[in-house]
Amino acid sequence: MNKTTTAKNIESSDNYWNIVVKPAGSVFNLKLRQAWHYRDLFWLLVRRDFVSFYKQTILGPLWFFLQPLFTILIYSYIFGSLAGIGTDGIPRPLFYLAGITCWHYFAECLNKTSGVFVDNAHVFGKVYFPRIIMPLSIVFSNLIKFGIYLFILFVMMAWYYYKGEIQGMNYYALLLPVLLLLMAMLGLGIGMIVSALTTKYRDLAFFVGFGVQLLMWASTVVYPLSAAPAKYKRLVGINPMTPLIETFRYGFLGAGSFSWASLGLSALIISVISIIGITFFNKAERTFIDTV
Amino acid sequence: MNTVIEVENISKLYRLGEFGTGTLGHDLHRWWSKLRGKDDPFFKIGEINDRTVKGTSNFVWSLRDINFEVKQGDAVGIIGRNGAGKSTLLKLLSQITAPTTGIIKAHGRIASLLEVGTGFHPELTGRENIFLNGAILGMRKNEIIRKFDEIVDFSGVERYIDTPVKRYSSGMYVRLAFAVAAYLESEILIVDEVLAVGDAEFQRKCLGKMGDVSKGEGRTVLFVSHNMSAVSTLCNTGIYLKNGNLINKGNINDIVSAYLGDGQNAERLQWIGNEGNKDIRILKTVVYAADKLNGFHTNTDVFIEIEGEILQPVMDLVLGFTLWSQFEYELAYVLHDDTEEEHTTLPEQQFKKTFKIPANTLAEGDYRIQFDVGIHNKEKIIDTECDLSFSLVNINGLGRKFLVGSGKGKTSLFRTNWLVK
Repeated sequence: MNKTTTAKNIESSDNYWNIVVKPAGSVFNLKLRQAWHYRDLFWLLVRRDFVSFYKQTILGPLWFFLQPLFTILIYSYIFGSLAGIGTDGIPRPLFYLAGITCWHYFAECLNKTSGVFVDNAHVFGKVYFPRIIMPLSIVFSNLIKFGIYLFILFVMMAWYYYKGEIQGMNYYALLLPVLLLLMAMLGLGIGMIVSALTTKYRDLAFFVGFGVQLLMWASTVVYPLSAAPAKYKRLVGINPMTPLIETFRYGFLGAGSFSWASLGLSALIISVISIIGITFFNKAERTFIDTV
Repeated sequence: MNTVIEVENISKLYRLGEFGTGTLGHDLHRWWSKLRGKDDPFFKIGEINDRTVKGTSNFVWSLRDINFEVKQGDAVGIIGRNGAGKSTLLKLLSQITAPTTGIIKAHGRIASLLEVGTGFHPELTGRENIFLNGAILGMRKNEIIRKFDEIVDFSGVERYIDTPVKRYSSGMYVRLAFAVAAYLESEILIVDEVLAVGDAEFQRKCLGKMGDVSKGEGRTVLFVSHNMSAVSTLCNTGIYLKNGNLINKGNINDIVSAYLGDGQNAERLQWIGNEGNKDIRILKTVVYAADKLNGFHTNTDVFIEIEGEILQPVMDLVLGFTLWSQFEYELAYVLHDDTEEEHTTLPEQQFKKTFKIPANTLAEGDYRIQFDVGIHNKEKIIDTECDLSFSLVNINGLGRKFLVGSGKGKTSLFRTNWLVK
């Protein structure tokens, strides 16, 4: 056998070509194996997002603590003292903090992923790496902020527990990883749909900003589900974020409404949204740079 | 040698113009055809991509039915004029965008360098950016750690390594960025004209590094450049693209001369017509190289001729041209009677005036000749109708070793061979 035929044989075997570019690929293939090779990039991006946030500030990482504290202060004043909305018997700061801990995580994931193609066009247009790395790194770097919120929550819970104003956590708090996963999936799912569509149609980008705001009022962030008027309760309940926040409060603060049924429904809706998101994202990923 | 890249029937359709509400209509139309199992309706109306001609359709084929393969260890130069599809081809090869039709197969890791410093974050330090940029280009962290000292050494910005890159000069920024890319360990390296940046010394260093990569380390390199001397030194094979079509492929010297020979046709080296007013008519303008065999090289004299007819004696006639560089700098304004002190009055006659641009005066680049015919301080008889343009290349000329970069807007060589012994 001479050399050329050997070479031809190697080339004709299926495994020889490790990169194959076709006009249309599978829309469900997340290329996770490829993404795994880029895991160092993933961590560096997470680190970049975190570090570049407070570079050239005097207070540095302290800013991560100041934001939630001020938010609680304002919410307690407006929704508690002015509007007098009930909190299921939980001290107000705790109630709002639990709500915004969940909400901010979801909203940040959504806001950041929805701009992922447009914001990173300059990078995506010059280098190839599995695009999914970007949204995944966003979800993770937001986890750091979530951790800080959670830390503040624990400190405040300890304080109120010591004063005897709340009962402790219960076993439902162990659902936290599930809740986080669902929130991340929801933020990522909607974000990916929006990011894919905004590569061509910028209209959606305008919508996301105030859409997230509006959605917050339709979720139980600043009021408990029990305080929602009966005719809107179903509407608020079907919002997939509501059961997540309610479960979170129920587990950590021992108040609120929790049911497996509503959590299950929320998980179902979120799964559907995620699948649509992945489809859209994968389809847009291939040629978005031509239209962005 | 094994084939490492196989490109089959690659085409890429682009939509020109603004994206607006019409886009949605097109998308729905497309989706509807797909649903009925028909071909994309916009494929049919795609046109050949010739940027100089105004087309009738908003869709152009940036690449059309490209086929080639690359063997391991080849250094492939991709050449063609602006808009020929070179960058599109690189984008497809580096998986930045998907082709409209066709398939690309590759064996090994591809690293593409379409820009230096992709993903550099201004707030992060040089050190942090080396890691980030390296990772974006596909390097693993321990790989970067292993090469960190070499990268810093190559870039020559050691003193600033812990300073945010927003404080870097643009030269330092580029040096650092290229250094990261130079130490990539990919089997296939794709390089766009990133070398048009940085000072001459650094450019030389980069070209040397690229030569090492392809010749010494046996890796495959695809290189796009307008710099023919760099292409012919670095590459052994070439691909010549024109208006999205693959015109020729093979040995780099054949490809470069095919490009240079063909390149002239695309320019306007001659104009024949009949322009002017009742007193003076311009019939022909032409630009040609003294060395007819090799054409427009920097080391040959270039001649410019203007022919016409004077129907009535013209007072204060201005007859000459302005030479413009590709960056629209006015390089020279030359008149037929530059040696006289007064404006001349020419009697009725057929005339032919010839001007010479001496060899080694102009650097490599594109030039435009705008003829000026008129009455001094009174009237402009022709505008730009008779304009010509030509390009000079530096293959065997003086000063090609440390190229006077046309990319940097330099247009003059002003070099004769000063070495006597």
